[in-house]
Amino acid sequence: MLGLGGLTRASLAQSPGAVATAADAASYAHDIGGNQLVGIVDHERNGFDPHAVLTDFDFGEVVADQDGRRVREWTIRAIDKEIEIAPGVFFAAWTYNGRVPGPTLRCVEGEALRIRFFNDGSHPHTIHFHGIHPARMDGVPGVGEVNPGEEFVYEFAAKPFGCHLYHCHSVPLKRHIHKGLYGTFIVDPDPERHPEAREAAASRRFGTPEHAEWQELIMVMNGFDTNFDDENEFYAVNSIPFAYFGQPIRIERARPVRVYLVNVTEFDPVNSLHVHANFFDYYDHGTTLSPTLRTVDTVMQCQAQRGIIEFSFADHEPGLYMFHAHQTEFAELGWMGHFEVV
Amino acid sequence: MPRSAWLLLPVITVAGIVAFVLIGRPLDDFAASAPPTEEIVVEQVRLEPGMIRLTVRVDGSDPVRIAQVQVDGAYRQFEQNPAGPLSRLASAVISIPYHWIEGETHHLLLLTSSGAAFEHTIEVAQATPTGSSFGLLLLVGILLGIAPVAAGLLAYPAIRDMRPAGLRFLLALTLGLLGFLFIDTIGEGLEIGGEVLGRLNGDVLVWVAAGVTLMTLLLAGRRSGKPPEGIRLAFFIALGIGLHNLGEGLVVGASLATGAAALATFLMVGFVLHNVTEGIGIATPMTKARPGWQVFVALAALAGLPAVVGVWGGSQAVSPQFVALSFGIGAGAILQVIVELGGFMVRQSGAAALTSLSGASIMYSTASLRPTIRRARAGRIECRKWIG
Repeated sequence: MLGLGGLTRASLAQSPGAVATAADAASYAHDIGGNQLVGIVDHERNGFDPHAVLTDFDFGEVVADQDGRRVREWTIRAIDKEIEIAPGVFFAAWTYNGRVPGPTLRCVEGEALRIRFFNDGSHPHTIHFHGIHPARMDGVPGVGEVNPGEEFVYEFAAKPFGCHLYHCHSVPLKRHIHKGLYGTFIVDPDPERHPEAREAAASRRFGTPEHAEWQELIMVMNGFDTNFDDENEFYAVNSIPFAYFGQPIRIERARPVRVYLVNVTEFDPVNSLHVHANFFDYYDHGTTLSPTLRTVDTVMQCQAQRGIIEFSFADHEPGLYMFHAHQTEFAELGWMGHFEVV
Repeated sequence: MPRSAWLLLPVITVAGIVAFVLIGRPLDDFAASAPPTEEIVVEQVRLEPGMIRLTVRVDGSDPVRIAQVQVDGAYRQFEQNPAGPLSRLASAVISIPYHWIEGETHHLLLLTSSGAAFEHTIEVAQATPTGSSFGLLLLVGILLGIAPVAAGLLAYPAIRDMRPAGLRFLLALTLGLLGFLFIDTIGEGLEIGGEVLGRLNGDVLVWVAAGVTLMTLLLAGRRSGKPPEGIRLAFFIALGIGLHNLGEGLVVGASLATGAAALATFLMVGFVLHNVTEGIGIATPMTKARPGWQVFVALAALAGLPAVVGVWGGSQAVSPQFVALSFGIGAGAILQVIVELGGFMVRQSGAAALTSLSGASIMYSTASLRPTIRRARAGRIECRKWIG
């Protein structure tokens, strides 16, 4: 277990909420035992903020087809972009829509989906969805691979419900994924289809009254190899190391928490999440409505494995609760954060 | 127009080429998408309680920005002085508050803004000696340099009474000894030269320093028109050995400061045995003179004192280019003595000088008693081997 260092309540009081200021980050910097990065990432320049990535679900646009069929549609562009992955360290990324991880696509089980994919990058790319789809929609070399300047439309039905991911499947695969071409793909269960577990399904489905109390967070565990030695120099959730350490994720005690956890770390076979002072239920791949693991405080995922974590801080005293990979080497290289329970 | 005016033509042409490359920038297309080339070397490491201080030197096509620092695979708070990007060949001190652990290995990694990583390993962490350990380092230097040379010189009366054949053998031994020291010095110099920032060409530095020293000393020695003999030759031998011992002292000092202290006793015994032969070598050319005791003191000081200076300097983590330079100078000085002593012997005894090979082999065998300098630097695994 990693120590909290000298982090005090007093310094917390300065933080108005999940989005703290740079000055706050600096004030924390003195108190974390020296295991830290020096400087501040310019999220504005990057075009995405790790705190926003936690909750910015992209529901696309629901359109009616010529035959009246209802289709949920997204437009995704592959874009080459240099991003500041740690203070002062710049990485020549390949991105979906200019951000890493790419947009969090969210839909409902059974919906018809359409993803218009434009390749504005410099190499051929695909979008390969983890889900159920026809062979011609697989998004691999030879099927739905898009050359620079061209486009492709992926169409399939949203199934099975769960917490999934999408990523580029062009070769060299390792390089295409690790340079930033991945994102979360959430298929909410349709409560009508699950009468035996209607309430559980409804609590998952965005927009229902049962769902309203939940605080949901997207956490994509990733890493960056900045010097091409097939080892990651940085580990993080949602790309920016220690992003939630100095500026914790705000949790309201009364509301239960649901984390969509996705592992896209390259080079290391396994990543993990450990939450301090609490235990959670885990739904592997999110494809079930009852937990696949109960009352654990650590879960590991191999590459591309993902799942849903549910827990509550209702009975806890307010304060900072750490979460991090329990591969401590990942933690010390950036994969470490705090929940600020209020 | 005088013919020498043609000399202007190459100058003008070269200026034109440089101007074309710098102003016209025809090569920029090659470099358009290339990341900057960067190099960082850690020249010095100072370990203070709770603090690691590195002196780094950089090279690169663009100024190098040290963005982040890892110690033992964890990102750490650090301060750079002077702050900001470092231009070509500039150096800076990186201070990292860190509770380093006595006797253990620490791995450092400096990450630049382009994501390039440069590693440095502190083999065995030990506090950098401060004033309080000066006495101990002085003792090490004396034991290392002055004592064995002085001990060797004590054999002088016996050497003087030797028959010519025995004396020839001793001279041959001395020549072999010097030959060995030359190879050893060049080797050490090149090894340390390899740690120098690429552009500073540490290995070339060793050879150039050796060459310049050789020529300077040859000219100085023959100012009177003939090669040095007798006491003068002894002084040149002492100077050569002294300069060699400066380099050795630097390495031993650095070893002591960076964790080979556990080897100190073993190291010392080897050095004493090895350097006694140096004293005999210095004494041998003086058999026909009758030097006073002051001469012996001066010779011992000249050959041995540099080791004291070296041990202290080395313990304070001097730059590798300075150590390489010292070894280069030492090698040049030894080569000068080889030339002069070799000439002296050939004039005296002709082909019998060949027996000097036996000297080299004796030196080689005593050298095996002090195997640890280089290897102590190579890693603590070897240290462990010797310790336990």
